[in-house]
Amino acid sequence: MSSLRLINPELEFLRYRRRMEIAGVGAALLFLLLFGRFVWLQLVQYDHYQSLAENNRISLLPAPPTRGVIYDRQNMVLAQNFSAHTLEITPSETGEKLDAVIDRLAEIVEIEPGDRKRFRKMLAESKNFESIPIRNLLTEEEAARFAVNRYRFPGVEVSARQFRQYPMGPGFAHVVGYIGRIGEKDKTRLEEEGLYANYKGSDHIGKLGIEARYERWLHGRTGIEKVETDSGGHAVRLLSRTEPVAGYNIYLHLDARLQQVAERVFGDYRGALVALDPRNGAVLALMSKPGFDPNLFVDGIDTLTWRELNDSPDRPLINRALRAIYPPGSTIKPFMGLAGLELGLRRPGDSIVDAGYFSLPGSSHRYRDWKKEGHGVVDLKKSIAQSCDTYYYQLAHQMGIERMADFLGKFGFGARTGVDLDGELAGLMPTPTWKQKRFKQPWWPGETVIAGIGQGYMLATPMQLAMATMALANGGVLYQPQLIRAWREPISGRVAYAAPRRVGEIPLKPAHLAVIRQAMIEVMLPGGTAARSGAGAPYGIGGKTGTSQVIGIKQGARYDEKRIAARHRDHALFVAFAPAEAPTIVVAVMVENGGSGSGTAAPIARKVLDYWLLGKLPTVYEPEEPADAPIPEEAEDSGRAEADVVVAIPAEDLTQ
Amino acid sequence: MIRRLLLRVVAHLDGPLMAMLALLLLVSVATVFSASGENVGRVIDHLVNMSVALTAMLLISHVPPQRLMQFAPPAYVLGLLLLLAVALFGIVVNGSRRWLDLGITRIQPSELMRLAVPMMLAWYLQCKQEILNWRHFAVAFALLAAPLAFIAEQPDLGTTLLIGASGFYVLFLGGLSWKVIGGFAVAAGAALPLAWNTLLHDYQRQRVLTLIDPASDPLGAGYHIIQSTIAVGSGGVVGKGWMAGTQTHLDFLPERTTDFIFAVFSEEFGLIGNLFLLLLYAVIIWRGLWLAASAPSLFGRLLSGAIMFTFFTYAFVNMGMVSGILPVVGVPLPLVSYGGTSMLTVLLGFGIVMSAAKHKKLVKT
Repeated sequence: MSSLRLINPELEFLRYRRRMEIAGVGAALLFLLLFGRFVWLQLVQYDHYQSLAENNRISLLPAPPTRGVIYDRQNMVLAQNFSAHTLEITPSETGEKLDAVIDRLAEIVEIEPGDRKRFRKMLAESKNFESIPIRNLLTEEEAARFAVNRYRFPGVEVSARQFRQYPMGPGFAHVVGYIGRIGEKDKTRLEEEGLYANYKGSDHIGKLGIEARYERWLHGRTGIEKVETDSGGHAVRLLSRTEPVAGYNIYLHLDARLQQVAERVFGDYRGALVALDPRNGAVLALMSKPGFDPNLFVDGIDTLTWRELNDSPDRPLINRALRAIYPPGSTIKPFMGLAGLELGLRRPGDSIVDAGYFSLPGSSHRYRDWKKEGHGVVDLKKSIAQSCDTYYYQLAHQMGIERMADFLGKFGFGARTGVDLDGELAGLMPTPTWKQKRFKQPWWPGETVIAGIGQGYMLATPMQLAMATMALANGGVLYQPQLIRAWREPISGRVAYAAPRRVGEIPLKPAHLAVIRQAMIEVMLPGGTAARSGAGAPYGIGGKTGTSQVIGIKQGARYDEKRIAARHRDHALFVAFAPAEAPTIVVAVMVENGGSGSGTAAPIARKVLDYWLLGKLPTVYEPEEPADAPIPEEAEDSGRAEADVVVAIPAEDLTQ
Repeated sequence: MIRRLLLRVVAHLDGPLMAMLALLLLVSVATVFSASGENVGRVIDHLVNMSVALTAMLLISHVPPQRLMQFAPPAYVLGLLLLLAVALFGIVVNGSRRWLDLGITRIQPSELMRLAVPMMLAWYLQCKQEILNWRHFAVAFALLAAPLAFIAEQPDLGTTLLIGASGFYVLFLGGLSWKVIGGFAVAAGAALPLAWNTLLHDYQRQRVLTLIDPASDPLGAGYHIIQSTIAVGSGGVVGKGWMAGTQTHLDFLPERTTDFIFAVFSEEFGLIGNLFLLLLYAVIIWRGLWLAASAPSLFGRLLSGAIMFTFFTYAFVNMGMVSGILPVVGVPLPLVSYGGTSMLTVLLGFGIVMSAAKHKKLVKT
């Protein structure tokens, strides 16, 4: 291009037009590109972005249900809820260091080191935008004081939460159990069972006892609030709400007053007491002593208290009714006697002469009776009434361990009773096969001999003793011990009753059973081992004492209670049914290191029976005011009353 | 009488273009109303800005191009001096030195350069029209580069690029040799890695990186792009309806009334609305280019053409940014975004385009 040229407007204009057209086409193409982008975003990818926008917009907030209340058979409250204020911090919204916030809060409400510790723990487990309680159970005054200072604390709020409370104290901890914070394990389990969604708004879950066993019923169904939220996560409006459905109220067969009586009459002893209704297997009392305060566990027990409980030699955390396994001792004798009759090894009138010991043929080893000089002429009744050991050494030897295990097994020994609580132990009904497997040793005849009086390998829980005694009391029917009596559906208000679970019937000759029962009645009469405990009872009692050895006694030595340290004393056992003619209650008592069954266990049982059958309160027992519990008919709107239809539902459905 | 007066006042306006601009401004008012969350005060401010800008447009449409041309060198020099003053005494806002504090008010000299630069270049090419050769283009380049250097240093990447673009359009329409254009394209491509490492600031680099992968920083730099893309996409074909955009009304969209107003529009009016808006822009630009081509002077043609293509560039860059195909640069959607300065600059531009086309008789070549 020359530096000098003719001005040619025409040409120059054409060039301008061409340049403009080129740029115009370029612009049009770029707009087309934009349009393509819009088509991609708004047509092709619409669903994707639509759902992203919805996720932005809509939050689902869980509305936790109210947990079901647990009542005893008299509608006394065993576990209840109450509403209280908590002070909660949403860490993402405070805008400053949490410690500083808490320090400033501590100037307004009391915050203890334990509160801080719990807060830290929960903070570590939580998501950032969840609110975490720093203080529970604010007093009205504290709540008011915070309200005045609220503006100084962004991200801190007072909110009403439901708390669980166990008004009946330590004696009920093992039965009612407790709820605790949902831990990682619970979470995993809930996820596996596909239930985790229902726990979105819940902090707690049943950990022990009825609270754990009937968790699914007690918890209720979590409601959902669908809210529109802005970018700051604040709810702008409620789109829809599915109401939470409260958990089922649960009514137990347990009688709280009977339980309290049992607790008191134990005094300072450790042990367990189980009372069953032999007509249906209802658990009337299930007591393990010592207990503990379940309220400690609800919001996380502190390490020190936990260690104290866990390391205590009294082992308060063990539910002895289901987990204390001891040799059943002489309480086994009625069952052995019955076995002798049923197997045709003994007739009621058959007698032996007891010289105070038994020796196996061809052996000089003496298996001693507890009475050094022997009981003289002993028939079946006397063998039970006076708890003659020699009679049963002989009988056991004759019967052999196989037949013995077979017969006793029918009464539930060596198997879990199936009571509706977790953690039950099965005890042990030994057999030669078991011993071979366990110790790689053959069964020795001497082991059969001592098994005849409930010593040696055999182990049973108080619950098993109660269940077996129940079969003696009701003519051979085995009911699975059951705590749950009824439950109330929260929506319909219907109360459904749990049907008794009949798990077996032992074919027994009534005449044989009558002999045994009569013998057990005689235990409580003058001349019987528990005559003192039977004295003056206006109703008939059938009982059997027992002792369970804690330490072995050397051949030839005598057991001297006074010389033995308290923790090495024998465990005292006692089983009973009453009234003897038509029993309505069966009791099994185990007193750890109680010494003898007749001395400690039987008097305890008598007081429990007196309360149950006569309404007689033991002198040591001070009745508490009945808790303010609504009875089922009054708990709901009056219009619902006629909906109370009795529906028998097998109890196994409860736990599914 | 009044009618004739009125006709005289609007004599230099272009009817079809004004009609389309009015339509666009109507869209703007409706969208700002929704984007501001029914903030009537904001809409009134917007209308005031609009009135001021329209008045300015009306006034400038009466200024003949050759008079305007006389203003080009002083305006350019003043702008350059002010930019120098900014570099020396400017105040820093959000990490950029863009403002000059005059005591009573603050001004942003780079805004002045949006029109002053293309005017200056068009003036220069007009002056050298008869002897135009590559040396003059070299001088023109220097005239363009000087203010750009200042603005880039502030730093203000968006304005640099857009003023650079407007200057380039003048040169391009003025007949800049393809060889030079090609040479520059190659040089720019080669210099890109160097520029990436030396010229760009961290936050600018971050913006580009964020564009490539917004999810890498969803709460930080990526947030804008993610949320605006969601807003656009979730609008679907027919949109969520005016005032019913959830991204908009629930506060998920940043800068809703200004740079990201297109996301609001797009969410509420959907693909159909977007198509309408694109077509409206296209028709406005087409009409503007047609007017530019009909301008009798080279100055008028070059300036008008550059103004229209710059207008296009603003629209394209903004919509591309909001829909996630261009990095986030602070460019408003012309004539739709809330904001007085942008409104004023753009409508002044349209006033110049119409003036250049309508003042025919007085121009000699």
